Amino acid sequence: MKQVLVGAAQGFYGDIIEPAVDLAEKSDVQYLCFDCLAELTLAILQKDRQRDPSLGYTKDVTTTARALLPYVKRKGIKLITNAGGLNPEGARREMARIAQELGLQGLRIATATGDDILDRLDELQAAGVDLSDRETGQPLDAIRDRLLFANAYLGAQPIVEALRQGADVVITGRTTDTAQFLAPLIYEFGWAADDWDRLAQGLVLGHLMECSGQVTGGNFSGDWWNVPDLDRIGYPLAEVSEDGSFILTKAPGTGGRVSVDTVREQFLYEIHDPTTYITPDAVADLTTVRIEQAGPDRVRVSGAKGRPAPPTLKAVMGYRNGFMGSGMIGFAWPKALTKARRAAEIIRKQLDRLGVQYEEFWVDYLGVNALHGPAAPIPDEEKINEVFLRVSIRTKDREQAARLARLFPPLVLNGPPGVAMMPFAAHTRELIGLWTTLIPRELVEEKVRVSVEEVG
Amino acid sequence: MAKVQLKDVVLARSGDKGDTCDISVFAPNEAVYEHLKRVLTPDVVKAHFGAWVQGPVERFEVPNVLALKFLCHGALGGGASSSLRLDNLGKCFGSNLMRLEIDMPDQLLNQLRAGGEDR
Repeated sequence: MKQVLVGAAQGFYGDIIEPAVDLAEKSDVQYLCFDCLAELTLAILQKDRQRDPSLGYTKDVTTTARALLPYVKRKGIKLITNAGGLNPEGARREMARIAQELGLQGLRIATATGDDILDRLDELQAAGVDLSDRETGQPLDAIRDRLLFANAYLGAQPIVEALRQGADVVITGRTTDTAQFLAPLIYEFGWAADDWDRLAQGLVLGHLMECSGQVTGGNFSGDWWNVPDLDRIGYPLAEVSEDGSFILTKAPGTGGRVSVDTVREQFLYEIHDPTTYITPDAVADLTTVRIEQAGPDRVRVSGAKGRPAPPTLKAVMGYRNGFMGSGMIGFAWPKALTKARRAAEIIRKQLDRLGVQYEEFWVDYLGVNALHGPAAPIPDEEKINEVFLRVSIRTKDREQAARLARLFPPLVLNGPPGVAMMPFAAHTRELIGLWTTLIPRELVEEKVRVSVEEVG
Repeated sequence: MAKVQLKDVVLARSGDKGDTCDISVFAPNEAVYEHLKRVLTPDVVKAHFGAWVQGPVERFEVPNVLALKFLCHGALGGGASSSLRLDNLGKCFGSNLMRLEIDMPDQLLNQLRAGGEDR
């Protein structure tokens, strides 16, 4: 019976590449799939592209290409990545450059574009599309002049098309997290576009794998201390059957753990309503899925139910949303927390005296309650060895935010005693707001283009 | 009946989507799951987080993996890329919820302790 082996290569822009090399080296993986684009990543790539129009893709494609292209040639493994970001053509050029450097002529690299709608917003509005924010109902005009990027989430179909055209490597821009993983299954098994249950299984597979090590023992809330060798964690590998059911495992000899518990924690991660996991390929119901141990580091997943995909695609836009200034300073026992509180007061009074315009003033006491907030009980102060104070402000412009940082160094001489500056802890950065809207899918899909080029 | 902290009973993982924190809580067995359904209401969860959750809390039941999912709206100071919070991605809300103390029938607790490390 035919099986397809799909592996996870990267779960975000900046993820390590060694686990993907382990999969290529130690398993029979056929497809290595990447999810490089978190909601925010396109804002980073937009800033790159503004500096240099040849950029706008995740710069680690260079490392990825060097590490993995030799396996593409030698073992016929295919790579599917959304590392193209805002510039899939740029990513292709860079991959092709590395392929030539490595002497890998004949490699076929595909791109799929059409997700970027930043230059099409007028046209879409003219066609009657309401681009208001789904969360707040605000009209787009409220942020139109501050937009950094606008991209629709494409599904698996453009990738399937690239595979049909013989691509060894497929590079896309914004896609759903699951598209890279589902596409090879549709291509290999020939699943129909309305085979909702199988497609839903593929979505479950993609969802489980798109955060790489989070399903193989990373970020595990159970007995994480017993999970072996997280320093060389194995990324997930799925052995998929034609009916869509699959065994989730990892490369032999790697660290981490694949158990019902590590899998079910990831299964519901960030999906909101579990009966309605919406993608452009199908809507999956996760409440019918069975997750069972099938051997050491082997978990069987089956039973997802699917429904027709919606007539719209989700689009996310990012816009400039003010600035954040932030600084940090540490205080030692005794009365470390009281000292930190007093220092926060001093900073606030100084900000106000200087007339710094801020919209929000936020204080964290690291070591006490910065991560758990009001639910964390404050320990007896005699037992607190040290506290780091972090103060942050939200401002409209960068200059106002930057004024906060300058108030920290004088605290060493002028504030409470027993203090250590945190080097480089003061910083100013731009905040990015996210805007979510729905667009009739045919208006996006008519502009989707797939092209395959051979490395000469 | 005994008081226990959720950390001794459940698994939990959390993440973000916009300004909403998404927390899943997993029971070790069906009996505990049924009990959690009774005691772990949206109101209890909202009260636990206090001022850190500004909006409503929604709950979904996911019996096939013995899970309860909580969507905490207005929980991340404006959402990851607009938030001043240190945990702007909401990844610590899961462990935070594990601080919560609930009442557990002795029988369930004994079962759990006997099952111990198998979980």
